[in-house]
Amino acid sequence: MSTALPVELDDIQGLVRFGYKHHTEASYLLLRVIDRDAARRWLAAVPICTATSVEPPPETALQVALGSEGMRALGVADAIVDSFAAEFVTGMANDANRARRLGDVGVNEPSRWQWGAGARVPHVLLLLYALPGKLAGFQSAIEAQCAAGFELVDCLTTSDLDGVEPFGFTDGISQPLVDWQRKRPAQDGERGDYSNLSCLGEYLLGYPNEYGGYTDRPLLDADLAGPRLPRAEDAPDRADLGRNGSYLVLRQMRQDVHGFWQFVDRCAGGNPGLRDRIAAAMVGRSRDGVPLIGPADEAIEGGGAPGDRNAFTYRADPHGVRCPLGAHIRRSNPRNADLPPGRPGFVSWAMRTLGLDGEALDRDLVASTRFHRLLRRGREYGVGVPVEQALAGPPVSTETGLHFICLGASIARQFEFVQNAWAVGVHFDGLPNESDPLLGTRAPAADGTPTDGFSMPRADGAADRLAGLPQFVTVLGGAYFFLPGIRALRFLATTQMNGEPR
Amino acid sequence: MTPQDHFLVVAPVAAGKEAALRTLLDSMNAEPGMADPRNGVLPFAQFDKLHFARLALLDDALQADLRAHGVEPKRLATCLVFIGDCDGPADEVLADLAERAGPGLVLLFGHCEGFGDASQLLAWMRAHERRSAASFINWAGRTVRQIREESALQRALAARVPRRPLAAGEAERVRRELAAWVGSEVGGGRLSLTPPAPTPLGWQLAKLANLVLVPLVGIVVLPLLIVGAPLFVILLRTREERDPEICPRPIAADLEALQVLEDRDITNQYTALGAVKPGLFRSGLLTVLLALTSFACRQIFHRGFLARVQTIHFAHWFHFADEGRVVFVSNYDGSHQGYMDDFINKVGWGLNLLFSNGVGWPRTRWLVQGGSRIEQKFKYYQRRHQLPTQVWYKAYPGLALVELKRNHRIREGLEQATMSDARAQAWLRLL
Repeated sequence: MSTALPVELDDIQGLVRFGYKHHTEASYLLLRVIDRDAARRWLAAVPICTATSVEPPPETALQVALGSEGMRALGVADAIVDSFAAEFVTGMANDANRARRLGDVGVNEPSRWQWGAGARVPHVLLLLYALPGKLAGFQSAIEAQCAAGFELVDCLTTSDLDGVEPFGFTDGISQPLVDWQRKRPAQDGERGDYSNLSCLGEYLLGYPNEYGGYTDRPLLDADLAGPRLPRAEDAPDRADLGRNGSYLVLRQMRQDVHGFWQFVDRCAGGNPGLRDRIAAAMVGRSRDGVPLIGPADEAIEGGGAPGDRNAFTYRADPHGVRCPLGAHIRRSNPRNADLPPGRPGFVSWAMRTLGLDGEALDRDLVASTRFHRLLRRGREYGVGVPVEQALAGPPVSTETGLHFICLGASIARQFEFVQNAWAVGVHFDGLPNESDPLLGTRAPAADGTPTDGFSMPRADGAADRLAGLPQFVTVLGGAYFFLPGIRALRFLATTQMNGEPR
Repeated sequence: MTPQDHFLVVAPVAAGKEAALRTLLDSMNAEPGMADPRNGVLPFAQFDKLHFARLALLDDALQADLRAHGVEPKRLATCLVFIGDCDGPADEVLADLAERAGPGLVLLFGHCEGFGDASQLLAWMRAHERRSAASFINWAGRTVRQIREESALQRALAARVPRRPLAAGEAERVRRELAAWVGSEVGGGRLSLTPPAPTPLGWQLAKLANLVLVPLVGIVVLPLLIVGAPLFVILLRTREERDPEICPRPIAADLEALQVLEDRDITNQYTALGAVKPGLFRSGLLTVLLALTSFACRQIFHRGFLARVQTIHFAHWFHFADEGRVVFVSNYDGSHQGYMDDFINKVGWGLNLLFSNGVGWPRTRWLVQGGSRIEQKFKYYQRRHQLPTQVWYKAYPGLALVELKRNHRIREGLEQATMSDARAQAWLRLL
């Protein structure tokens, strides 16, 4: 039974629902406000593509996200800005404590970024998507419209590498299935199986999340907001500025394709078969996207048909013999339930709940994946380097990598948790001092212990261990944004300005 | 084995001396909140029985929340607490501290009310000592020395173990070769594996008495419990419906003051303070539940887990019944966000059981449901009640509990005469 209201697709920016895969051309404009009134006027009226399905797809699509500094620059009252999530208010780059947590240290340090820190914190992010051949005209039109209100900090171009990320692996296979129909009841309860179906409230503010609760967001005086904003489901007398909006995390990550393949090749002693196996172990899938765990044919709620390369968990591989515990895709999505597996029945459940089942405890270091899912919307950039070229030649001069984008209702519980505990955490699932083989910074532990290893467990003895992994991915920029609902965007662009008399 | 013990010395800070004390505490750190192990005031590293130690200031800012219950809070002085976890009786460690770090301790406690003569330091500390109402020790008997020795053993073996496919039956041969090698390393003084000390008889007897007496008391009062159950349910449920929730978002600057101290090691510290809900019902309930928690920690939860949570080194609940306050301290692995998510997702019921007796806790149902599972309110609540730990010391930086447990399993496996091939393989996987 569900009395949930239908979702207002026409108030949600399309990116939450679509990846715009037909729009193979895209660019991201990072803007700063130079003329508040002009900027507000433009944002108040600019057409935004919504989550409503349109056939045929529009030629071009524009999405708009705002940073916390951007909201202030637009004149949004401090009281409103400060009632967004604390991570968003502070920003990705403005907090050394956050940098420690996210692994933004050493060469990843925000002070070295090309954009995202200091005077290069973007106020507004415009995401431009276009069908083949249509981007150039669209972008110049948008830039011309923006010129009065904004200056361009950076324009992030993207490349269509045909679903393959720069290291040469098929990407974007795993995504949570968002519960747009609100089928899952909004209540708290333990889930005994991994599910790929994920509550709408994990990605959109204003809807119940996996705990059956509402993530905190700005709720305003309904009289002041008037009819311009939707009402809060959980507080009908308040206007919900967050509803239909999502936080957007953007990080520019340069990938050292040459360094990656040369390192793997050295580890393999030049043996091509072994080289591919080692690289696949680091990722957790072979280059064509087939998971190492074996045939993907588990029945998973919201997991798609058997054989779709996503219908699997790691339940049958607790030691990481088939897919290393530290493989990139296993770290990013451990695919486990709220409680480690065990026999059916109350006794087994009680023993596992109280921690009295030793075997279950060993498998309980990572749990409850469902609270830490990311809706990924990133795109590659730069010129793809074929593996053969990366192996043969000297490093190419052009840069390639990923403009990582993810959406979520809680930056702290989703992106930051995954990045901190799972990706850069050096004891993920009990691993001995090693971080994500692709993303890790290799910064030594507090006692100087190196963290530049990668373990490939074997059934019959001690794990194979690679040592001396270089850093393959460097963060070049990043920022937190809010991707507001359409009404919320118009409200933010027209609301009474800071300090203005009411 | 050597049992672990704890101490807590608490004393009000003398009027006008708080600022100077804060400066002194900061001077003990190498980076924010992280004690310099060799600092001039209290060189923690010289005390090799000490696992963790902290110095923190407890203020009374949240006492004002009591007004929501219609109670005018008493004004409580800011207190300095000095808390430590150690091998062997805390009394001996305190005496050792007083002897070898006397001047520093005199300097510290000289900022407290009523601290007089330096020659009375130890007696003064003892007079200001409080015992916890419940304490969790991750692994009873695991000493600092053992942790360091087993870590060295793991490093040596990990560097030596063959990492190649093994033939059937080969795993056990490899294990025995490694065991023989470790034997020669120990003989040559390059590795050290101190055998465990005999378990003190008094400690064993006390534990046994606890094992018998607590259930016995339970049996004796069982009829009363049954008769009183309906009344208890009414009293509990009416309070649960009525008790105010106080979970505002923490102030940004307060949050920053906490976060600047965090994520500088794999382990982090947590110090929180809160008022117990007024009235006999809540304080009585809390006292009973803390006694049961203490029993469970002593008898069951001392082998690497507190229910499902495996990332807490030491945790203590101090119930200052006279002030109606509880101080909770812990040392945990991972980030604060991960710690809280672990709490909610794995032992939310346990948190509710104890902390729902605190003023302002998110609304519970039947003592275990709701509460901490109301994620947003809980996260605000616990951050708001957290206090900065001005000085924090850990004897084994960089080491996490998963490693301590694994290293101990490695040692145990080494000490066995024979193993089946399957078990030998599992042992080799630990390396």
